[in-house]
Amino acid sequence: MDVTLNLLINAIVAGILLGGFYAAVSIGISISFGMLDIVNIAHPTFIILGSFIAYIVNLHMGVDPILVTFLLSPAFFALGVGMYSWYYVAFERRGREALSGLAFFFGILFIGEVALLLVFGVDYRTVNAPYIGPTLEWGAFNLPLRLFVPFLVSVGMVIAVQLFMTRTFTGRCILAVSQNQMALQLMGANPQRIKAIAFGLSIATAAVAGAFLIIIQPIEPSIGREYIGRVFAVCVLGGMGSIPGTLLAAIILGVAESFTATFYGPSWAPAVSFGILLLTLAIRPAGLLGR
Amino acid sequence: MAPLPFLGVSLASAAAVYGAGIAVGNEYLYFASYTVAQYIVLATAWNILGGYTGYVNFGTAGFFAVGAYTSVVLHKTVNLPLLIMIPVGGLVCAVLGLAMGYLTLRLRGVFFAIATLAMAIVLHTLVVNWSFVGGARGAYIIRPREVMFFASYSEYLFAVMLLLAALAVAIARWVERSRLGRGLAAIRDDEIAAECSGVPTLKLKLVATTLSGFLMGIAGAPFPYYVSYVDPAGAFNLAYGVNSIAMPLIGGMSSWVGPLIGALLLGTLQQVATVTISSAANLLLVGVLLVVFVTVAPNGIVGLLQKVRGQSGARKKQNG
Repeated sequence: MDVTLNLLINAIVAGILLGGFYAAVSIGISISFGMLDIVNIAHPTFIILGSFIAYIVNLHMGVDPILVTFLLSPAFFALGVGMYSWYYVAFERRGREALSGLAFFFGILFIGEVALLLVFGVDYRTVNAPYIGPTLEWGAFNLPLRLFVPFLVSVGMVIAVQLFMTRTFTGRCILAVSQNQMALQLMGANPQRIKAIAFGLSIATAAVAGAFLIIIQPIEPSIGREYIGRVFAVCVLGGMGSIPGTLLAAIILGVAESFTATFYGPSWAPAVSFGILLLTLAIRPAGLLGR
Repeated sequence: MAPLPFLGVSLASAAAVYGAGIAVGNEYLYFASYTVAQYIVLATAWNILGGYTGYVNFGTAGFFAVGAYTSVVLHKTVNLPLLIMIPVGGLVCAVLGLAMGYLTLRLRGVFFAIATLAMAIVLHTLVVNWSFVGGARGAYIIRPREVMFFASYSEYLFAVMLLLAALAVAIARWVERSRLGRGLAAIRDDEIAAECSGVPTLKLKLVATTLSGFLMGIAGAPFPYYVSYVDPAGAFNLAYGVNSIAMPLIGGMSSWVGPLIGALLLGTLQQVATVTISSAANLLLVGVLLVVFVTVAPNGIVGLLQKVRGQSGARKKQNG
């Protein structure tokens, strides 16, 4: 078989697997930014926090990182509910979320990063799990398990969130609050409570995405910055608040980055998400599956 | 006070600081004061867009670094004097600001904010991959051995940055009180109402991004000479982004005084904290102050002072 064709196929496969991971990273932003209009620019910081917690537990107790973050997701959910309450009292209620709210999350991003830096330093950290080393091979076709396992769990999580949003009462309330808050209030539901639940959910997904992140690559505290462009690019490209759109856009971004890394070199990959973001904003601001 | 006399006052204050500086004659003092003056320029520049117009720019580090790398390129090619490099760096950043604004300002403000942050990261990627300016390894800049009229090159840089700070503050005050400033304030308070009343919102916003970009560029242009070694991690440091937001927010965003107070206070505090504690801890301090101020005192120190004055004024009225 042709060498370039091999490279091409493997780049596509790696891109799709990476895209599944990006969907897990971005789904929280699709909920908070896309549905609730809360520009949580600190979302990647919560992902890194999830990674470091998975790292500590994995190092001392040898528990699987994905399992750790799933078990800890109620704690992250509570953290998200607390964050939203703070945000609501300080900004949303007074109608100052546009400027002060943005600055607030930027401050949180910075505090989180520097605090992790002071605790863990700038060394790269990794975890141990049985599926991190091996690769399935079919001739020229490679399937690295360290990408494939996060991909499967991530797609499962995205489907679960979509089912929650469309099939349960609370989920439908979240969709309703994203469409018309006043109307929801008139139906007798409390929008603040619904938004707190939704924001909690978005932070809980960040923790799980953190486990995927540390499985896929070694991490250090400031690596979260690279994900700011990615999560917002995926959210905007998919169409604000659309969960199937998030999955589709994440896979497009993953394939585009994998191609760039294979054919131009990995140091160019961070520029891809920004290019996609700007192109989307300039050509089709509503995104692929936007309303 | 009219703009021109104010410019005179502003330049005279800068000259007084310079005079006091050489009276002490300590190289470290030049170094520290340069940083504070640089933050006055950055905070004032940020405030023209953020405070007057209400659009948050997270990408100050990107503009600053483009100014700095413009100087690196000029140094490696034609090697112009510093006083010519500064306006060139400013112009490059003005064009960048205009392009950025044109692509995103027609959408909701938050897209502008996200796009600026992403832009800083992408420009960082571009510079890392650009071997002419040293790539990730960075570039060394050799300072000229001596400059006319000044005892040393750091003294010269100190004077230049003070001059730029004086100019930036005077420009910001002029913008604030001109027709342009009133238009920008109308956009900040209610963009749709402003548009309906005939304010050319997109045009004014583009003027603001261009001007703000220009000022950030001139703050960055002397940077390579100041550190004599530039690498992408240093020039694109997120600390510039955080500081240039935190300083106006802590000082107060509605007038030119706010960023000035914020930069003087926070800039000095950081210099002291870097020497006495550590540079990572002083960044943590900035983040915490930012979050505390946006939550508790959204109008900054200027707002707090006005509140105190308003209350005591009201009390006087009641008593008398």
